[in-house]
Amino acid sequence: MSDSQYSASELMCINAARLLRDGDVVFVGVGLPNLACNLARRTHAPNLQLIYEAGVIGARPARLPLSIGDPTLVSGAVSVCGMFDIFSQYLQRGNIDVGFLGGAQIDRFGNINATVIGDYHHPKVRLPGSGGSQEIAGWANRCYIITPHQKRRFPEKVDFITSAGFLNGRKERLATGARGGGPLVVVTNLGMLEPDENGELILTALHPGCTVDQVLANTGWAIRVAPELRTTEPLLESELRLLREELDPDGIYLKGS
Amino acid sequence: MSKVCSLSEAITRYIHDGDSVFCAGFTHLIPFAAGHEIIRQGRRNLTLARATPDLIYDQMVAAGCAKKLIFSYIGNPGVGSLRIIREELEAGRLEWEEYSHFGMISRLQAGAAGLPFMPMNQTAAPDLEKNNPNIRRVKDPYSGNEVTTIPALNPDVGIIHVQRADANGNAQVWGILGEQKEAAFASRHVIITAEEIVEEEVIRSDPNRTLIPGIIVNAVCHVPHCAHPSYTQGYYDRDNVFYLNWDKISEDRVTVNAWLDEWVYGLKDAGEYWEKLGAETHSRLAVKPRYAAPVNYGDY
Repeated sequence: MSDSQYSASELMCINAARLLRDGDVVFVGVGLPNLACNLARRTHAPNLQLIYEAGVIGARPARLPLSIGDPTLVSGAVSVCGMFDIFSQYLQRGNIDVGFLGGAQIDRFGNINATVIGDYHHPKVRLPGSGGSQEIAGWANRCYIITPHQKRRFPEKVDFITSAGFLNGRKERLATGARGGGPLVVVTNLGMLEPDENGELILTALHPGCTVDQVLANTGWAIRVAPELRTTEPLLESELRLLREELDPDGIYLKGS
Repeated sequence: MSKVCSLSEAITRYIHDGDSVFCAGFTHLIPFAAGHEIIRQGRRNLTLARATPDLIYDQMVAAGCAKKLIFSYIGNPGVGSLRIIREELEAGRLEWEEYSHFGMISRLQAGAAGLPFMPMNQTAAPDLEKNNPNIRRVKDPYSGNEVTTIPALNPDVGIIHVQRADANGNAQVWGILGEQKEAAFASRHVIITAEEIVEEEVIRSDPNRTLIPGIIVNAVCHVPHCAHPSYTQGYYDRDNVFYLNWDKISEDRVTVNAWLDEWVYGLKDAGEYWEKLGAETHSRLAVKPRYAAPVNYGDY
């Protein structure tokens, strides 16, 4: 399938969906993570449990949720609880397998900045801040990051660590005692990045038609390439059809670039 | 004893210049009508606390009500940024205090439980703690490991919108519960706004659904559609179109001020506001019923 046949958002969404395992308990955000989770549930992972940070457990959204607290998440869900319970009993207690993260900047060790560009107290650009991502990054067993591959989004070091990757190396994260395993895969529109034994992100896969040079040109540090560089599986017509016709028929999240 | 009064009376009586205010609601049940009444009454120097300031605080900041913001996520949910708040923060005109979502709700939980602070486990993310002196550490006396601590938040006034309440303030909520309960118990004064005021017998028919008991409530206001453009589960949908429109309106202070003139200062109350939205919006936000199975409490 050639590049022109799908958008960058569709490419990232489908590759993120494939990372989910049947039976996973996933802490879902709106936008692409929501689409990826609902796609996985409709394809290879029918027993995926969707938990939304607004406090909804086992959601079965009948329409595309347009906010993290969309009422469609509640109707037909297994349970609804308050905000303190969702963060303490579900996330802090260790009941979440997978968390999805995004942010303005992601660095060499998978640390994420969603707070500020420039000095914290005198912000050049003030971003939304953590929301729940500090805890998701700290406490979910596995974290996946979805982000377009652009140089300004991949600096060698982030201006502010909103959510922890591996700090300055895997040992440093381990020393903090945070229970979660940290980022496992960064899905971009060019390929997949995964942490090595020291927690440094390296290029492990390219999407069909994408090149190492494109990745090097769009990453803010000299990113290393895995010795056995894979190519991701082409997108299936069936995956694209589910996304386009049923999950996001108006293209609200999928039309992007 | 009935605590029922108009929203205007409740705001006059309980919210004063310089107060700290918590308008509760995580996406759901955000009491916009109360925010608008605070704007209309011209309150100043408020400390506004919410996990997600949402459009309600963007509007209150635009109207000059706020001195300080306490928050954990300053985005327009599903849309982008809160332009007014962002501009004020970047210009250094608004004080702020920032937490993660769990930090924010932990502040309320401590306040609601009468505790000085709540502990939380390490998240490995260092920078918020470095920049907010309220986030500290203490040694767990049992394991000897360090835990993060977050101080209690006890707002002067909590405003909590609910589906139904009786005249005493016994309030029932369903759908996303957010921080409604913790905000009510943490606050020194509690204003309940309700879609419906019901007989005490309705409340007593389903006591498990009562999130907030009348004993901690000061005022009960009957305010249908109080949460628009947010929503009330089972009563009306979220007005996602308005959330998108605000992104445009808030690009420019001239259009923001015109909007405030037309939709807040130019109107008497939430009733006029809902009427002004018009039939097309009313039908767009209408929601079909989906009832829960009844439960049997037993006639003992």
